[in-house]
Amino acid sequence: MVNIVPEITRKSITELIKKGERADSRSPDEYRDVELEVGVIEKAEGSARVKIGNTQIMIGIKPQIGEPFADTPNVGVLMTNSELLPMASPTFEPGPPDERSVELSRVTDRCLREGQVIDLEKLCIIEDEKVWMIFLDLHVLDYDGNLMDAAVLGSVAALLNTKIPAARIENDKLVIDEENSIDLPIKEKPLMCTFAKIGGELVVDPSLEEENIMDSRISIGMREDGSICAMQKGGEMPFTKEEIRKAVNITSQKTKELREHLK
Amino acid sequence: MAVIRCRYNMAPFSVGDRKRPGPDRRSVEISKITADALKPAVFLEKFPRSTIDVFIEILEAEGGTRCAGITAASVALADAGIPMRDLVVSCAAGKADGNVVLDLSEDEDKEGEADLPVAIMPRTGEITLLQMDGHLTSEEFDKALDLAVEGCKKINEIQKEAIKNRYGEENG
Repeated sequence: MVNIVPEITRKSITELIKKGERADSRSPDEYRDVELEVGVIEKAEGSARVKIGNTQIMIGIKPQIGEPFADTPNVGVLMTNSELLPMASPTFEPGPPDERSVELSRVTDRCLREGQVIDLEKLCIIEDEKVWMIFLDLHVLDYDGNLMDAAVLGSVAALLNTKIPAARIENDKLVIDEENSIDLPIKEKPLMCTFAKIGGELVVDPSLEEENIMDSRISIGMREDGSICAMQKGGEMPFTKEEIRKAVNITSQKTKELREHLK
Repeated sequence: MAVIRCRYNMAPFSVGDRKRPGPDRRSVEISKITADALKPAVFLEKFPRSTIDVFIEILEAEGGTRCAGITAASVALADAGIPMRDLVVSCAAGKADGNVVLDLSEDEDKEGEADLPVAIMPRTGEITLLQMDGHLTSEEFDKALDLAVEGCKKINEIQKEAIKNRYGEENG
């Protein structure tokens, strides 16, 4: 999908950022308003609706009993899937997931998995046979830039809100106790922070109009202790080492702020 | 003439057992009958060589999603400023536990004897959608149809209220 941005828009946004200002009067390291609501879908075992500015994602969690992967017989499974709904943007088309959708779900998955949100070993019921599979679905309702940070924040919130039925073995039989549900075994709360590079400067939480003209993008996933768990660079232009270090520094500050929403 | 395209889609987490993403036979059928239900109301001849896309996302399902979808879609068309002859409003009646009832819930639909979703244009009472599955005598059918139309008229008041709330009565 080619985005045509008028030269005058590109110029005015770039000039503002060069002066340390932004089109929506934020500072370079300022997020838009963040809204987070959990337990919004009764039918889902866990759910969250997250908004960053006008970007809006509904996240639902559904557990299922399944077989573990052959190489990790004692580990549960976390599956992240995303759908960029056509109503969210004129550039989103119905049909099988395109590369943007796949990137979003893979980067979110990486940040959650490597950030060790869930202690997946505790989701093993019978080694080699039965484990919990946690399906996490990202339903993108409105797209106004920075889907990744919203996706990770909403996913962590939804997982924290998730209750799965207790499963145990009685007389060699699997018993699913729907009456008694338990919290997911949460280990860490990694979050993600995304930067756009425009006019040689870095801005945090790019809006759609900024994403449309950015030279490049970098997303950094970080755990509470400040360690990095995932990264993804996007866009056509390169970054310098110093820019990446700067982004990492800002990420530790910004993920701290975002983490407040999880409380 | 303009073309109306509909996409009825259920979120994977909207139902008890996770639904695999993407269209299945049921959602393709509902998409088609939704488009058919809305078409008679829209002045399609005013928009030659154009397409009107309607996207319906079911975030949580507990019975009656196609009716809710049609009802909301028609308000959304009005919100988009698309000229229409009338709003389209939809509601189901059915038979559960031997009684003819309005607006079946998920359990009533599963356990019940019949389901009859109806959509009307309330000004004229013309029917733009009618489906039925199950078993009804012709007396029960008459009763269910009347009940569904009554239900539609009530929901139509809520539709009008929603539009008035957004645009104000005097501007409407």
